[in-house]
Amino acid sequence: MQTKYAGQPMARYVLRRLLSLVPVLLGITFLTYGLMYLSPSDPVELLLQAQGIPVSEQVTQAMRHAAGLDRPFLQQYLSWLWNFIRGDMGVSLVDGRPVLASLQAALPRTLLLTLTSMAATVLFSVPLGILSAVRQDRVTDYLIRFLSFLGNSLPSFLVSLLLLYFISIQLKLLPVLASGTAGGLILPTLALAIPMTGKYIRQVRAAVLEQLGRDYVEGAISRGVPTRVVLWRDILHNAMLTILTLLSLSMGSLLGGTAAVERIFVWRGMGYMVMDAILGRDYPVIQAFVVWMSVIYVAINLLTDLSYYFLDPRMRQGLGVH
Amino acid sequence: MRTANRAAKLRLAVLLVLVAVLCIFCLAAPSLLPNDPSQAHLLAAKQPPSTRYPFGTDWLGRCVCSRVLAGASTSVFSALTIVGLTLAVGCAVGIVCGYFGGVVDTVLMRVVDIFLAFPGMVLALAVAGMLGPGLKNAVLALAATGWPQYARLTRSYVLSLRQENFIHAARLNGQSPASILFLHIFPNAVRPVLVTASLSIGGTILNLAGLSFLGLGALPPTAEWGSMLADGRGLMQQAPWLIFFPGAAIFLTSILFNLLGDSVRDVLDPLDSQRKQYK
Repeated sequence: MQTKYAGQPMARYVLRRLLSLVPVLLGITFLTYGLMYLSPSDPVELLLQAQGIPVSEQVTQAMRHAAGLDRPFLQQYLSWLWNFIRGDMGVSLVDGRPVLASLQAALPRTLLLTLTSMAATVLFSVPLGILSAVRQDRVTDYLIRFLSFLGNSLPSFLVSLLLLYFISIQLKLLPVLASGTAGGLILPTLALAIPMTGKYIRQVRAAVLEQLGRDYVEGAISRGVPTRVVLWRDILHNAMLTILTLLSLSMGSLLGGTAAVERIFVWRGMGYMVMDAILGRDYPVIQAFVVWMSVIYVAINLLTDLSYYFLDPRMRQGLGVH
Repeated sequence: MRTANRAAKLRLAVLLVLVAVLCIFCLAAPSLLPNDPSQAHLLAAKQPPSTRYPFGTDWLGRCVCSRVLAGASTSVFSALTIVGLTLAVGCAVGIVCGYFGGVVDTVLMRVVDIFLAFPGMVLALAVAGMLGPGLKNAVLALAATGWPQYARLTRSYVLSLRQENFIHAARLNGQSPASILFLHIFPNAVRPVLVTASLSIGGTILNLAGLSFLGLGALPPTAEWGSMLADGRGLMQQAPWLIFFPGAAIFLTSILFNLLGDSVRDVLDPLDSQRKQYK
């Protein structure tokens, strides 16, 4: 969180925050385009091969000229960026379909999976984290901490395979493929939520413990305010900032981290799409994936920062936080 | 307080010994394997665990046990390389930015901002996708995503160190900037960053296995846990040992390094020791 913005009127704060995004967004697109530009294989040759046209020097030269790929790098980047902003993300080098169409089909699926797994993570980790903090150094606490430590050491692709093996194959409870049905969404959601829950129980626990040690808690309890009220009204509200930060961070790790789970459950989202693209060297699709995921991430960070402004009065009064 | 501290140090020592044993084992693994990890025996394909093949065999009749053990060095040493690379690059950038400031600092920190604006694995996927599959490329991809975090962290420590009295004293004593940088700033800034680095080893092992699982890491016939899981996935119903043993190896190794990370933090944590000082 940037304290330099503290104490400004809302509109000005939002404006400055938005303006600060311009160089970041330019940097993201520049780096993404540059990466693909530097890559060893030639998109024109890939395109010709995909269309079954024999690659000859004359044809590639002509195509390169037609696509503007013989222009200087910066010029190419700017025209790519301009097209990208207007929604023209080029065509896939593998099947010739517009990238925008594949993106529009895949993005909602990944967003849905991201949202369900975040909701599940919050649902598991907040109550368990609070319970663990309240029962500090008792059996419940040790048990929750032990389980959260185990969860933290499990990658989501391994959880996916274990869930598939035990729930779909052995018990035959849920479908192996997440074919767009509600039941199919359960396993991928759990696969992503279990490792994250492991991570976030610890954080919620630490945040609540920190609040529990504050004077206001002691004061409220000594004044006869029931512990439950203090816990749910004050402590949770104050621990909210930590939880929000966690949520925006976990969005970041989910946006790229769904790929393996999407592959396993054949959930045709962004991660599924980009893996096909990477293995097929389909650069326009990879570029669109990277830029879109980063833009979403940047937008989420912005929203998180703005919500601090609402949630934490100190931000408004110019005292700053952290 | 003193006993708790001693217990933490003892735990760290035990874990370090375990990690050392693991590393030595990785180095010695080729001569300890029950079978040749890449030798196919089509007649012995998909056999369940037995005394001849303790973890069973895969669809080519290769010994899963030997492959899991041989894969240890791939995972552990690659993860350590990634963490080492990110640490070296990130620290160097952070120290330069924090100590010299000015235009260099502004420019490099904007670059760091841009790198941090990519969600973690997205940039790794992009770099691995651009470079093509391969263990070396996967290592580079993860290192490329990791360094900015260390750069920012180191820079903030260097900035606060610059205000400390002992740095002013060294400067007044006429020590050269280079000696201040290497003798005073570097050792003090690197300590807290080491905590972050040790906490990240476990996650790095998981990320690397994830890239391999997606087909972007070690190429066949190299034994690697993530790619073994990916290969065994289709045969899960007939030969579950193809996913259980590599999966357990990933899980246990990441537990070991996560425990090590926690323990290093308990012993070295800068915040905690500061709190004790000012109390």
